[in-house]
Amino acid sequence: MSARRRRRAAAEEEEEEEEAAEAGSDKEVDLEERLGELDLRIDSDVPDVPPPTDSTPEILKRALSGLSARWKNWWIRGILTLAMISVFFLIIYLGSFMLMLLVLSIQVKCYHEIITIGYRVYHSYDLPWFRSLSWYFLLCVNYFFYGETVADYFATFVQRREQLQFLIRYHRFISFALYLTGFCMFVLSLVKKHYRLQFYMFAWTHVTLLITVTQSHLVIQNLFEGMIWFLVPISSVICNDITAYIFGFFFGRTPLIKLSPKKTWEGFIGGFFSTVVFGFIFSYFLAQHQYFVCPVEYNSETNRFVTECEPSELFQMTKYSVPPLLQAVLGWETVNMYPFQMHSIALSTFASLIGPFGGFFASGFKRAFKIKDFADTIPGHGGIMDRFDCQYLMATFVHVYITSFIRGPNPSKLLKQLLILQPEQQLSVYKTLKSHLIEKGILQPSLRV
Amino acid sequence: LGDAYSSTARHPELFGGNRSCSESESENKLDGETASDSESKSEFGGSPAVPTSDDTPEVLNRALSNLSSRWKNWWVRGILTLAMITFFFIIIYLGPMVLMTIVMCVQIKCFHEIITIGYNVYHSYDLPWFRTLSWYFLLCVNYFFYGETVTDYFFTLVQREEPLRILSKYHRFISFALYLTGFCMFVLSLVKKHYRLQFYMFGWTHVTLLIVVTQSHLIIHNLFEGMIWFIVPISCVICNDIMAYMFGFFFGRTPLIKLSPKKTWEGFIGGFFATVLFGLLLSYVMSGYRCFTCPVEFNNDTNSFTVDCEPSELFQLQEYNIPLVLQSVVGWKTVRMYPFQIHSIALSTFASLIGPFGGFFASGFKRAFKIKDFANTIPGHGGIMDRFDCQYLMATFVNVYIASFIRGPNPSKLIQQFLTLRPDQQLHIFNTLKAHLVDKGMLGSLEDA
Repeated sequence: MSARRRRRAAAEEEEEEEEAAEAGSDKEVDLEERLGELDLRIDSDVPDVPPPTDSTPEILKRALSGLSARWKNWWIRGILTLAMISVFFLIIYLGSFMLMLLVLSIQVKCYHEIITIGYRVYHSYDLPWFRSLSWYFLLCVNYFFYGETVADYFATFVQRREQLQFLIRYHRFISFALYLTGFCMFVLSLVKKHYRLQFYMFAWTHVTLLITVTQSHLVIQNLFEGMIWFLVPISSVICNDITAYIFGFFFGRTPLIKLSPKKTWEGFIGGFFSTVVFGFIFSYFLAQHQYFVCPVEYNSETNRFVTECEPSELFQMTKYSVPPLLQAVLGWETVNMYPFQMHSIALSTFASLIGPFGGFFASGFKRAFKIKDFADTIPGHGGIMDRFDCQYLMATFVHVYITSFIRGPNPSKLLKQLLILQPEQQLSVYKTLKSHLIEKGILQPSLRV
Repeated sequence: LGDAYSSTARHPELFGGNRSCSESESENKLDGETASDSESKSEFGGSPAVPTSDDTPEVLNRALSNLSSRWKNWWVRGILTLAMITFFFIIIYLGPMVLMTIVMCVQIKCFHEIITIGYNVYHSYDLPWFRTLSWYFLLCVNYFFYGETVTDYFFTLVQREEPLRILSKYHRFISFALYLTGFCMFVLSLVKKHYRLQFYMFGWTHVTLLIVVTQSHLIIHNLFEGMIWFIVPISCVICNDIMAYMFGFFFGRTPLIKLSPKKTWEGFIGGFFATVLFGLLLSYVMSGYRCFTCPVEFNNDTNSFTVDCEPSELFQLQEYNIPLVLQSVVGWKTVRMYPFQIHSIALSTFASLIGPFGGFFASGFKRAFKIKDFANTIPGHGGIMDRFDCQYLMATFVNVYIASFIRGPNPSKLIQQFLTLRPDQQLHIFNTLKAHLVDKGMLGSLEDA
């Protein structure tokens, strides 16, 4: 306590000195103090965070009151893990729309957690307008991204309503105008003594938006591609987390990286192999159901999302010849697999090898700002960000993977753009397409519809 | 780095020395926007503690040695302004390729200036790998953006060369892999005592990339739309700068905003009207020439850029009826104008009303970090960023404006995307387009064009 008081007193002293310097009365004020309200060269000056409050529900506490503290913690973590996984399955069952809502809520909560950390680090609760501005920017960026995605998938729905058409046509302009308003409000809110703090919070907000909002939209884009593209990556990351922990617990000996001293090489490699196997098997089961495999489409007649289609060739059993090397081991000559399972190996590999870097990044961030967890939302686990830190890189990877290797451009988006063209342009495009299709034999020239 | 540059960068107390003199007058006079004024003030107010290193070339120094320091500063600024404008004209004459290169150089210099400020603020010259990482990220993001633009405009060239084709097909994946490498290198480079500094620099780098690189690419997009979309906005911002200054100089009385005490309402409003007028005149002159109004295209046969086309209707003279109100004033019933001139009014309005907010933002930034100028690159003017701070919002606005109001999607690009789809998707789109055209009556139902 006294240390904190001392530090606060020192900070206040610094502030007073800075004001004196600005008044010009002391020309020999040290440059360092003029440049920093916080001594930014060493990490020791970050204020301590108050000890996390225990948010474990009473029920659990009573049920586990008999056990020792260590096992109690284990049980809490275990129960909460099972609870989260059950909620996950429930939401999957409820369908794509609920999943979208879930992703949106997680995004908002993560954003809130990171911004709150920024507030605490910079003591900036009193900055004028800053809370409103942060939420406003979140709203703007979400509006922009949802407008871009939603417009594509809900094209028929949108065509029917006049106001929506207007919003869609000038979507970029409207989003930009909204953002500009926020920007101008920020400039107008700059207050003399707090310039630096305000710029820091502005930058903090933007970097957080960059991380949380863009990733969550990529997750939703993946979801629309087919729920399997959403489920397999997320499950691979979770599985890697759990199996790396288990392998590390039983076999861990060599530390992996100084940043997270509890991670070990044995856990890393063991987790890698188990995740690949898990992904392989999990995709096998999911690939059989149309519900998971088909792109999500919006049916304008029933006003609901439907996942019904002819499964693409990715999800049709194909015979593969086992390479001679494995033939000796397995004893089979050919194997029936879904091509998607090959892709799942790539996804699991990424989840095991590069995903942990997202975790290290978050660990470094927590150490840098001297916090134990991002927040206290989930008892035993910390904040939502703690659970999702490895997922972010994964979402981008899956999206890039899909656009590069799986599918080309989105047909409905292409169609929408075609329909916006000028009539003369549409006619010339039509003629070009027709000649192309006839050339390729896709369209019979004698067909008159 | 020139000697003068690095010496002032490493010894910000030079600025501190200057400032303590002017600060003794009053806090309000600390201005961030006009270097000459603060310099002249400090020279008026008393001898500076340490003379700022003088970048002015010897030639100019000798030629102006007789004049008093205040007028000398004016002359230096004036001569440099004319030099920059002449340089601008020469580059325009040299063509799009040179323009693109110049935009790229300006972007790199701005990035370098802002990153150096970050280094100074955080004393982080000794952070492991950080300089390398910043430049590496700049390279990655530029590679990503140039790849996206180049692929669109150089489509046929790219398709011909095998290595280019592969690079463009997997472009997103390659860019993402490059970025990831940088990200992992950052995580691996985290050093115990410097976590916070490193995260700050990481955030600083990303925000700088967001500002500098995206804007410069939007400028190049605008350029490809037609050089007039590049020249008119930039000239409007420059004109607004100069006009607001002059109006403020001669008529200035009411201060505009506490952030920049030298700006006045008279300057602001006078600059607005002058810029709108200037925009109208400049567009009138430029719309007559094809080399400015035609989209830049890459000619595969000659392997060079061409600007040759049938001017779109935006650039064809039309008769407009003057509203009755103006008729009595001007005395004409109709006027012949280019439609583009109407758009130029929108561009000039934005440049005068919102553009200055970019300047205020930069002023606030400079005050926050207690720097007088971004750098010392241009004698009398400061760094490159000082000249371009208002341009950034402008580039985005023009791009959004073009995308929303001027042109729809590019038909040839759509055809290219169409050709990469699967046959069944192609057929589906073709039939929908056909039905749409039949609906509109553009295509007779039995027509076989």
